[in-house]
Amino acid sequence: MTSSPRALIAEDEPLLAEDLRQALARAWPELQIAAMVGDGLSAARQALALQPDVLFFDIRMPGQSGLEAAAELADAWPEAQPFPILVFVTAYDQYAMDAFEAQAVDYLLKPVQPERLARSVQRLRELLAQRTVAPAGAALAQALEQLRHLAGATAPAATATEAPLQMIQAGVGTQIQMVPVQEVVYFEAADKYVRVLTASHEYLVRTPLKELLPRLDAEEFWQVHRGTVVRAAAIASAQRDEAGRLWLQLRERAEKLAVSRLYAQRFKAM
Amino acid sequence: MPDLASNAPSQRAAQGHIVERTTLLRHGIATTSACALIAAAFSLSNHGRWDVNLIYSLSIGLTSWLTIELGRWRLTRGQDIPWPGGWRGAALVVAGIVTGFVIGSLIGTAYRKWADPDASTALMHRLWIPLAVTIVASTVMSLAFFLLGYSRHLQMQAEQARRQAAEAKLTLLQAQLEPHMLFNTLANLRVLVASDPQRAQAMLDHLIAYLRATLGGSRSTEHALGEEFARLRDYLALMSIRMGARLQYALDLPEDLAQVPVPPLLLQPLVENCIRHGLEPKLEGGHIAVRARRTAGGQLELTVADNGMGLDSGAPALPGSRFGTAQLRERLANRYGDAAHFELAALPEGGTLAKITIANAG
Repeated sequence: MTSSPRALIAEDEPLLAEDLRQALARAWPELQIAAMVGDGLSAARQALALQPDVLFFDIRMPGQSGLEAAAELADAWPEAQPFPILVFVTAYDQYAMDAFEAQAVDYLLKPVQPERLARSVQRLRELLAQRTVAPAGAALAQALEQLRHLAGATAPAATATEAPLQMIQAGVGTQIQMVPVQEVVYFEAADKYVRVLTASHEYLVRTPLKELLPRLDAEEFWQVHRGTVVRAAAIASAQRDEAGRLWLQLRERAEKLAVSRLYAQRFKAM
Repeated sequence: MPDLASNAPSQRAAQGHIVERTTLLRHGIATTSACALIAAAFSLSNHGRWDVNLIYSLSIGLTSWLTIELGRWRLTRGQDIPWPGGWRGAALVVAGIVTGFVIGSLIGTAYRKWADPDASTALMHRLWIPLAVTIVASTVMSLAFFLLGYSRHLQMQAEQARRQAAEAKLTLLQAQLEPHMLFNTLANLRVLVASDPQRAQAMLDHLIAYLRATLGGSRSTEHALGEEFARLRDYLALMSIRMGARLQYALDLPEDLAQVPVPPLLLQPLVENCIRHGLEPKLEGGHIAVRARRTAGGQLELTVADNGMGLDSGAPALPGSRFGTAQLRERLANRYGDAAHFELAALPEGGTLAKITIANAG
């Protein structure tokens, strides 16, 4: 850390964004606000472009949630740079707050109270000071670890009583095609649909991946990317490219699937 | 009204078992008492021995009653009112009278011959008296049982409607007082208090009106459409301060419809759905239009339209979302029966349209 620290604020409610900026100006005068954005997509994009030291992410935002934005950012973040310190901001998200406590992730409650903010700022200053001596990759590894746990803890509660899905019912023209899940090689989120790919065919279903995922056997189907769930038995190998990205080679299909950093820990030699 | 139709029969079936057994016992006792009274009347007016009369009366009465009672339960399984409608009800009573009279007379005669072989058979020669008594008694008793059963049915129905209304109020309250909404609103207020006290005051007034309607208003069963629109204005004003330029809205209520009574906070969940599922997730936000009008056919038509994410945006069903519309259907069915309709449609240019039509609403 050479010059004054820089922060990014992502908050969709204009008054609250402005208020947080002013509160930070009082509590942490040397902090520079690099940018203020109002949605989850810009949050990830701007954070990557500006590479600030601290991120204040609202949880509920248009485009994607603060958690999703953080995960997207962690996936694309250059390894040579220290990952920013994450601070989530929320009005009321009981599950998220419990998860933040458990993962020691900083969070602020709206309305933001000056004393609470002062404590946070104190902690953030200490963390930033430590960073100057720690290796750059450590912060990213820690953030990935935290985000992995948060993704699990804040996902909509899986309906445990519901039996695992046996058949995918895909509409093809006027027909409903029955596709046994064992034949599925992978699922891929595509805009409003999910593509279901078998060794030889491709189907579209309207059920979002988020709703499909809890109904799949987690041992059999692995999420490897935000929009990709692959049948573990269909994976032939995992390889790293020059940029350090992990790619999956499949047994029955030619495509290569990207593995996000969030899920890369699954692919380690035994 | 799919929601009402789907859960009611199973409830009723479960209750039915207990109700039927106690009803059977009650009817049996009533029939026995009536038979005893008839026998007493015969004996006191010097028409034969009391024990013979009692056996006659009981045999005829109980056989007739059992025939009708068992017959109607066979014919009406799964029906709300345990009595066959139209000619079948009348035919059943006639069948009960005939069966009761024939079998009862046979038993009675057999007893008389055994107990009192020398007695005069004068009474039995005048067949019409016991027959007339049987007809009158069976008809009157059947009618009484039917009316009692029917009133009990109405009572149960009213009770169920009351219970549903209470549940509806509770879930409505829970759906509206979403903590997330409340805390975000308070956070905005906190900012405004310092930066723009006048706007803060206006926002506080909207919040007060909104809270009063949500907490207290749900106790009344009806309010004027004008009142409903005023509450929507409060809610949208609050949301507009929060969302800034991302929320545009228009409310259109013709003056002659302002006094039409509607169930309180009928449109509120629809507008909240627009915000939550339509506009909040959309980057650029959007527009909500709430409109009331009288159709050419004289129906009241209420529409809530937005240009948000649309119905199949793949947004995960947040708890309480689909529930809100199910709740609305139930409330309409409870209040208007078949006279009200609700439909939710995706608009071709994106967004959703929710439409309530009510025939003869005030």
